[in-house]
Amino acid sequence: MLEKLAQKMVKYRIPLIALALACAVLLPFLFPDKYVIRIGTLSLLFIMITLSLNLMVGFLGQMSFGHAAFYGIGAYTAAILTTTYQVPFLVAFILSGVMAGLFGLLLGLPVLKLKGYYFTIITMVFCEIIRVVELNWMSLTRGPLGIMAIPKPEIFGFLFDSPQRLYFFALVMVILSTLVVHNLMNSRIGYAILSIRDDELAAEAMGIPVFRFKMVIFIISSMMVGLAGAFYAAYTSYIDPSSFAASQSNNMLVMVIFGGLGNVVGSFIGAIVLTVLPELLRSLAQYRQLIYGVLLVVLMMVKPQGLLGDINFKYIRQRMERKDSTTEEREK
Amino acid sequence: MSEVILKTEHITQRFGGLVALSDVSMEVRAGEIIGIIGPNGAGKTTLFNVITGMYNATEGSVSLLGQNVTGWKPHKITALGFARTFQNIRLYPRMSVRDNVISGMHCHTKSGVLASIFNTKSKRLEDKKCEEEADEILKILDIYKDRFEMSTSLPYGSQRKLEIARALATHPKLLLLDEPAAGMNEQETEDLANIVHRLKDMGYPILLIEHDMKFVMNICERLYVLNNGCMIASGTPDEIKVNPEVIEAYLGKEE
Repeated sequence: MLEKLAQKMVKYRIPLIALALACAVLLPFLFPDKYVIRIGTLSLLFIMITLSLNLMVGFLGQMSFGHAAFYGIGAYTAAILTTTYQVPFLVAFILSGVMAGLFGLLLGLPVLKLKGYYFTIITMVFCEIIRVVELNWMSLTRGPLGIMAIPKPEIFGFLFDSPQRLYFFALVMVILSTLVVHNLMNSRIGYAILSIRDDELAAEAMGIPVFRFKMVIFIISSMMVGLAGAFYAAYTSYIDPSSFAASQSNNMLVMVIFGGLGNVVGSFIGAIVLTVLPELLRSLAQYRQLIYGVLLVVLMMVKPQGLLGDINFKYIRQRMERKDSTTEEREK
Repeated sequence: MSEVILKTEHITQRFGGLVALSDVSMEVRAGEIIGIIGPNGAGKTTLFNVITGMYNATEGSVSLLGQNVTGWKPHKITALGFARTFQNIRLYPRMSVRDNVISGMHCHTKSGVLASIFNTKSKRLEDKKCEEEADEILKILDIYKDRFEMSTSLPYGSQRKLEIARALATHPKLLLLDEPAAGMNEQETEDLANIVHRLKDMGYPILLIEHDMKFVMNICERLYVLNNGCMIASGTPDEIKVNPEVIEAYLGKEE
């Protein structure tokens, strides 16, 4: 059934993308309510995070439990630069991506040589180390007090001060990161990455420098999540270490797996559903977490690869196009 | 004499106390099909792994077209010109047949990370060229019609062909086939022999490991025989057939 649906999605992909884009643009005008726009903005933020983590976990096949750390590094870099050092937002924003990428490089160099579980455990530990540093380096991060009054984003004099404007800032970030991931995966780099996911040894034997590409993807992924962190800091104007704990890493990973490993559309669905669903269930008060948990368990039992995990839109399209051309030939 | 493609000199490979290869020297010249035979555990695959850089030889050297590649990383060696297949098929299971082949072109394509992200024109042209070339290779190996299927959905014989296709995609100067006919039925083996001949006609030198004696005797111009890690004989199939040492290695000593 899902295969059929996927074929439909491929067939009508252009109107579907246009429709999704139109909905995303119109949402803040149709529902000018602050609460709705906030949910929308958070969904967008999580789409960006999920995409970046999917690059690492779904496409490259390296399970990382440490992305909250890079998220935190990005957020703290932006927050400290814009409050303590009065750096303009755009510069701080870019530097926070660079900083997260730099930490990715430093962590990746020794650690990406490790295989499977060993890598996963180290990313977990790294996440905890970063949180403890954030909690205890009082002079820099103000520890558990957190950093307050982080200024709103401002680019070339344009201030993103209303919920609508912040929403569109996030939307542009999502569009750009979708393009980055999509283009990257549809290139020779993408083929190399998928080869590494499928069989590292064979990839190395077929002339692909495995370690170098693991590094490249780890750095790109950390940078993207770092930028998302910088936006989060400016958006909420207050951050403290509890936002970047291991539970946040788990949350990100659940979104990736829910939507489907290695599927860009899946990342959108995972991030949106798992951001909106808890809000819809809010009226059920104490049963909320229970229902949320049960839903996840059921999904994992029915579709352990996630909703779109075993669907490859490119291959579906190629097969459909071939079918079309062969039937045409026969008719001639 | 034609040009020397591959030359190994005095290769010794030890794993702890075990000597897997000892003092193995051999060479492959342009246009040749060379076979390596020997009983199970003789060190044939180990020799392949040493040649392609998967293992670092304890002693000795490997050179490709006069370039010493001892101790190089496997991907560099492949980029220079050794492409191999595996004894137990190692295709990329979650990629289509054609994508398996395209992924093999990595070492001679150029688009970098930024060109990919910005989807530049030269990158798109290169992609198109890769797709066309992949289709050509698949046609040579006669699996073109399955190009959009998943690699693991192919029948066994075709999966072996696809491994050869992926190796060809790297533009090799020497093809190393590790038991290409293993597990194939008679018909498939015959197909494979035809393909190997076609590849030879196209100018690819081939080094292959094989158990199927009929296949090896028919197809190879020269054979090397390994036993217990030592090279015990080399020569044409006819010479090997009557070599007493080889017969002993395979059938045991006459009392």
